[in-house]
Amino acid sequence: MSEQQVQETPSAAPAGLWKVSVSPHVKSNESVEKIMWTVFACLVPPLILSVFVFGIQVLFIAAVSVASCMAVEVISQKSLGREVTVRDGSAALTGMLIAFVVPPGVSPLLPVLAAIFAIYIGKHIMGGIGYNFFNPALLGRAFLLASFPVAMTSAWLQPIEPLAIFSYLSTADAVTTATPLAVLKDQGPEAFAQMFGEGASLYTSFFLGWRPGCIGETSGFLMVLGGAFLLYKRYITWHIPVSVLGTIAILTWIFGGQEYFGGDPLLAILSGGALLGAIYMATCYVTSPSNKKAQIAYGIGIGVLTVLIRLKGGYPEGICYAILLMNPLSTVLDGWFKQKRFALPQGAEK
Amino acid sequence: MDLFYLAISATFVNNILLAQYLGHCPFLGVSKRLGTAIGMAAAIIFVTILSAIFTWLVFTFVLRPYGLEFLQTLAFILIIASLVQLVEIILKKKSKALYNALGVYLALITTNCAVMGVALLVARKELAFVEMLVFASASAFGYAVALLLFAGHRERLQISAIPQSMQGTAIALVTAGIMSLAFIGFRGMAG
Repeated sequence: MSEQQVQETPSAAPAGLWKVSVSPHVKSNESVEKIMWTVFACLVPPLILSVFVFGIQVLFIAAVSVASCMAVEVISQKSLGREVTVRDGSAALTGMLIAFVVPPGVSPLLPVLAAIFAIYIGKHIMGGIGYNFFNPALLGRAFLLASFPVAMTSAWLQPIEPLAIFSYLSTADAVTTATPLAVLKDQGPEAFAQMFGEGASLYTSFFLGWRPGCIGETSGFLMVLGGAFLLYKRYITWHIPVSVLGTIAILTWIFGGQEYFGGDPLLAILSGGALLGAIYMATCYVTSPSNKKAQIAYGIGIGVLTVLIRLKGGYPEGICYAILLMNPLSTVLDGWFKQKRFALPQGAEK
Repeated sequence: MDLFYLAISATFVNNILLAQYLGHCPFLGVSKRLGTAIGMAAAIIFVTILSAIFTWLVFTFVLRPYGLEFLQTLAFILIIASLVQLVEIILKKKSKALYNALGVYLALITTNCAVMGVALLVARKELAFVEMLVFASASAFGYAVALLLFAGHRERLQISAIPQSMQGTAIALVTAGIMSLAFIGFRGMAG
């Protein structure tokens, strides 16, 4: 039915009768714009916390990243002759996520380059919003990691002491350090315990976000809180985050320790970008399967690849690559777990 | 354990397609539909392993003992070409549908640099027979994985609103580049 007919049908009916229209009939107030800006808002608390943990330059990096993503979005849509949809917030969200996955001590030029790669090549060349196969923010990170490996793996900052936040603003120095997963990988558990402590205090500081890491990934508490809010709003379902985190926990418990079944599953989830990736990156609508069973398989795949790269690969953290590697599989997975069609019309293909 | 690491390294870390950039012709040519890609992947696995075995035999027992290593390229081309002809004849008899689906690409395996590349890499690394078998199967398997990943992807590319100047091979190459960016994640694995 053409656009015109649809519009004419209701007006043609006499007033007071049922209006006739084509499906879908279920209406909702949700829109791309609303969802994107809500997720964006969920990311603001971790950013604020990060400012307190790593210092004010974090805010600058995030602002540069968001602004350049939106600028690239406008420029590419204008140059490709498309409608400019920068208001829908998807570019702003990508910018925020790019800022979240870079170390706090990088030059602000890096997020700009990542924005160009992520938005122009990763999204608009592929056909614009809804057609990108890879998560744009993670593409930006992979691009930076390949182009600026030293900056991307060494610009970590030591968290500021909790009570010294305000005195920090007067001193310009920052202390570089290594991330927990990198220490665990390169120097072993003893050095790890010495540096970050043990037992309950370790979990508490990791849970609250007082540890070195990328800008947005440090606070498990705020990640879980944001994820719970998105679940409550039904913007995401539990399938992907739970299967990703569950797989990481189980596999780390089995293979991550000195002997089998000696790993620390809680630490595995709280360190690195596991929570950020599982809740905000892997659940991206466009790049993940839409079928529930396929989503679980997708999440398990991400978890397996993450642990594989963490334990055996050259990088301390693997969830970024794990999600990128699973992204192209999402269509295939959706096909595998397709619902059976009953009562096929004659001659229809199965 | 060495064999295991050799396999992981050949499949993922040094993936013949996405890390060494060999064999892109069928990668771009038959990846438009998943069904054809599966057939192509099977054909490549079969031909690669078979040709690796034969080239290894010829290299180890003929070329090297007589100091004829400089002939390896020529000899390998000959062996691979005749093997592909064999596969073609078998497919034509046994599976006409697959034969038609593969079309010209089966003949193109003759000049597929991935098959040739595996044979030459085996000769350069001077692998023993079992190592050679593992290396060749893992390489071919890695090729198949990359090809299938890409094919699943490309079915979706065809319904995307890609700018006109980027359609077809251009966008396929961009996507292949992005995929090899993702495969960097395997770097450092297996020594």
